[in-house]
Amino acid sequence: MVSKTNIRKKKVSTNWEYSAAPESTDHISLKSNYDLFIAGKFTKPKEGTYFNSINPANETNIAKVASAGKADVNKAVSAAKVAYENVWKKMDPSQRGKYIYRIARLIQERVREFAVIESLDGGKPIRESRDIDIPLAAAHFFYYAGWADKLDYAFPGRKTKPIGVAGQIIPWNFPLLMAAWKIAPALATGNTVVLKPAETTPLTALKLAEIIQEADLPPGVVNIVTGDGSTGEYLVDHPKVDKIAFTGSTEVGKSIIQALAGSSKKYTLELGGKAANIIFEDASIDQAVEGIINSIFFNQGHVCCAGSRLYVQESVSKEIISKLKSRMENLILGDPLDKNTDIGAINSKTQLEKINMYLDIGVDEGGTIYQSTCTIPKKGYWCAPTLFSDMSQSHRLVQEEIFGPVLVIQTFRTIDEVIAKANNTPYGLSGGVWTDKGSKIFKISKEIRAGVIWANTFNKFDPTSPFGGYKESGMGREGGLEGLLQYVNLY
Amino acid sequence: MQSLHINKTYKLYIDGNFSRTESGRYIKWTDPKKKMIINFCRGSRKDFRNAVVSARSAFKAWSGRSAYNRGQIFYRIAEMLEGRKEQFISELILQGFTKKQSKKEVTLSIDRLVYYAGWADKYQQLFSRVNPVSSPYYNFSTPEPTGVVAAIAPDNSCLLGFLSVVVPAVVGGNTVVVLASESYPLCGITFAEVLHSSDVPGGVINIMSGRHDELIQQFSSHMDVNAIIYCGADSGHASVVEKNTALNVKRAVNYADQNWKNPDAQGPYHIMKSQEIKTTWHPIGY
Amino acid sequence: MINNRTIDQVGAEERVSRLFSRSIKKESKVQALKMILSMIDLTTLEGKDSPGKVKQLCYKAAHLHDQHPGLPTVAAICVYPNMVPVAKVALAGTNIKIASVATAFPSGMTTLSAKLKEVRSVIDAGAEEVDMVISRGKFLSGDLEFVGDEISQVKNACGAAKLKVILETGELVTLDNVRRASDLAMNAGADFIKTSTGKINPAATPVVVLTMLEAIRDHYLQTGHRIGMKPAGGISTAKQGIQFLVMVRETLGQAWLTPDLFRIGAGSLANDVLMQIIKQNQGNYQSSDYFSLD
Repeated sequence: MVSKTNIRKKKVSTNWEYSAAPESTDHISLKSNYDLFIAGKFTKPKEGTYFNSINPANETNIAKVASAGKADVNKAVSAAKVAYENVWKKMDPSQRGKYIYRIARLIQERVREFAVIESLDGGKPIRESRDIDIPLAAAHFFYYAGWADKLDYAFPGRKTKPIGVAGQIIPWNFPLLMAAWKIAPALATGNTVVLKPAETTPLTALKLAEIIQEADLPPGVVNIVTGDGSTGEYLVDHPKVDKIAFTGSTEVGKSIIQALAGSSKKYTLELGGKAANIIFEDASIDQAVEGIINSIFFNQGHVCCAGSRLYVQESVSKEIISKLKSRMENLILGDPLDKNTDIGAINSKTQLEKINMYLDIGVDEGGTIYQSTCTIPKKGYWCAPTLFSDMSQSHRLVQEEIFGPVLVIQTFRTIDEVIAKANNTPYGLSGGVWTDKGSKIFKISKEIRAGVIWANTFNKFDPTSPFGGYKESGMGREGGLEGLLQYVNLY
Repeated sequence: MQSLHINKTYKLYIDGNFSRTESGRYIKWTDPKKKMIINFCRGSRKDFRNAVVSARSAFKAWSGRSAYNRGQIFYRIAEMLEGRKEQFISELILQGFTKKQSKKEVTLSIDRLVYYAGWADKYQQLFSRVNPVSSPYYNFSTPEPTGVVAAIAPDNSCLLGFLSVVVPAVVGGNTVVVLASESYPLCGITFAEVLHSSDVPGGVINIMSGRHDELIQQFSSHMDVNAIIYCGADSGHASVVEKNTALNVKRAVNYADQNWKNPDAQGPYHIMKSQEIKTTWHPIGY
Repeated sequence: MINNRTIDQVGAEERVSRLFSRSIKKESKVQALKMILSMIDLTTLEGKDSPGKVKQLCYKAAHLHDQHPGLPTVAAICVYPNMVPVAKVALAGTNIKIASVATAFPSGMTTLSAKLKEVRSVIDAGAEEVDMVISRGKFLSGDLEFVGDEISQVKNACGAAKLKVILETGELVTLDNVRRASDLAMNAGADFIKTSTGKINPAATPVVVLTMLEAIRDHYLQTGHRIGMKPAGGISTAKQGIQFLVMVRETLGQAWLTPDLFRIGAGSLANDVLMQIIKQNQGNYQSSDYFSLD
């Protein structure tokens, strides 16, 4: 412990702050108006309705985006069906692969433009969209392009057939990356797609549509219908859609299951989570602290697999929490387009209201709140990185998914105790374990009921690595060979 | 007045450099129509020795690259070959193939490169295992590249066969020294130009020309070569090779009677021919 | 107080690359560049050093680029023991410190008594700072007590002079070793811990620097004492210097951003920093023709 009496008096004469380092936006091209992308062309919505896509960092309008009604969705599904029956299903698989390679290459060539637009539209720091989101999206297309003509090897004793038209509904937290996770395996296995981007983040999907045109992908193979929840419902309900893939909240996921009951449609769901991140006393402490920061403050905590529940072994809890707080002070909150920003804007007003509601609940429930000291800009939607300590399993904040930069902290004493608490949740998407002891890693990964276990790391993604949840975190996997399974019939 | 044609010198490609054979010897080659004379390098055992040194020192870094990166590089090689299509087609025509055959050969070669680029980060998923041992251990097996692979390209195929013996080994993380076909050497040697413009690190693929009879002894007996790929149908190499592999238990891969245009001439099992399997155990517990 | 702290290398490398993604521009860049100049230990440690060479180095130390007013001088010059008297005369009237290597630099392969004698002699000749090397062979064979004892005795011999302890991290190889050696040195009395002699590769790699900074931080949290840090070897660009400053600021805080607690051992770094300062001022890229060699 620091003893105040023997601290050498230090005259702090330096005050070195980072100057603003904005990413330039003059190299991007954004239209003021975007239509629906159906059958290879940008088409006006039948009822002519548009909505604004807003920059959550300053609440300004970026562009107007079409709102797809029932007739539009019908048109898109029909286009996908026609393209499937007449062109895509019949195509030589290695040629399909080459189209997907083209898409991957084109994304790589325009990576900076995509990154800027992603940050403008959704609020995430440019450093993340530039270094993680966009390169990973390109990598997904590369990976699945390679599978297109190799499907006979993927499943022992079985050949594959595509399913048909896939209706895909994606969320706002990783807009382009989620589009890549959905479109790439669907196309590689011979299906065609109708994609519905999230209402608050449609722009990079629409830029992807431009790439799809440049790649000369046959019309109708990929269709993009923007809109709100109702557009998604029309897609789920459409009789000619053969498979639904959804990533979003558990609540909406359950309503999709109900809507699909009785139909013969296949579905896969990637839903919410409340992951336990477990720090043992024999962990490499400084790397564990950094891991906690990455697990809950990466992408402002808008991550389904975020390590939102911290379990720290009591013997090291003081040190961990104290270092966590110091580390949080180095997190820079602000303009998503500033290259030094660590914490960007909360995606929407609605989401911010939800997070603030939980902060109030947490305080009411008796938790001890700690927030880093950062200047909150006047305009835009912001939440400072937040810790709640002195929490227990029965607190609402420990049970419910907040989807923001809010970490709840509990201590534990024994390994059996923490395994039981980690599993004591209806969710099961991911989990983290930090220890220097290998056998503990394999034991924990065996016992935790979650689809992804990160040992001595967190929030790592790769196109080859399957991702998905147990229990109410969803069903089905994306990535790797398992990701192919969702889009084929085996025979 | 027509400009006088500048003939290309066909050199060896060792350690990422275009060099002549240290022996100074040459092989005089003429095309079937007797229009051109090309003096190929008659590669020596010292050239081969140097190539193996280069391949060995490149191995650690090459096998240490991510599979994704290796896949990207092979996709880039395909792009570069696509850009030089005409050059390779005219070399094939020069060597006596018809225009139709030549076009098909180059197209198939480009497709084969794209095909194997796609395997770079997938074959591991097919051939790795987690083994359910009956004791509390986490036990997993993964393929690993064997090391330095010597390859003798099939004599009867100019480009496609050449690529088919080299690419699977390199995609799998090995480094290679390959001897181009003796009867149809042009495309193998020119392929070095494609590699040189494709982000392939020096030493990963080394290309030689020379007399197969002369070099087969060196290729098969070098103690620092881990595997040898050869085409046994070619003039009695098989017995020499097989005897010599005993010296350091080289893995021997024989492509006798292979029709390179067949679909089964490509596939993940070709990659596995130059892979080892490593199995690791670790306790599961407190 | 030696913890058995383990460092996860992959995790540490990731922290480093995140720190390196900081974009330091405009005023913050100029401020950083000037700070770097003031933190340099301008170094010459070659078998062929001569009084003439050292005199020229000392002049450069005090006159980095007179054409541009308002530049700081370097913190210190660092030389071999027999050059200390030369430096003392050459630097008279400046605030630049004289640092001398000692203890059979760079190998450290001699008796303790020979090392202590050398330390006392450089202090007598006028050195204000001593850069010593630890006995790496003893460290790697597990005789930590020997290593710690040597450091304590050298610290005693230093008297009022500041002691920098060179860990020679390139020979220690693992980050766990770097951490252990850092803790050992600080507990034994080091005023600064230093990465390298600059005679072998690798020298001051970023992840090693991070590990040492974290050790310094933990030492401060436990004892309240602030120990300094000096990366050395292979540092030749302003960009590297700025990256180190970011690492110091975000690991240790503003209090360490002073030559009293952070130095950079370098030879040619100063000119690259000067070129960057002038470029920030004038807007165009510079040529080394316009900046004096020492």
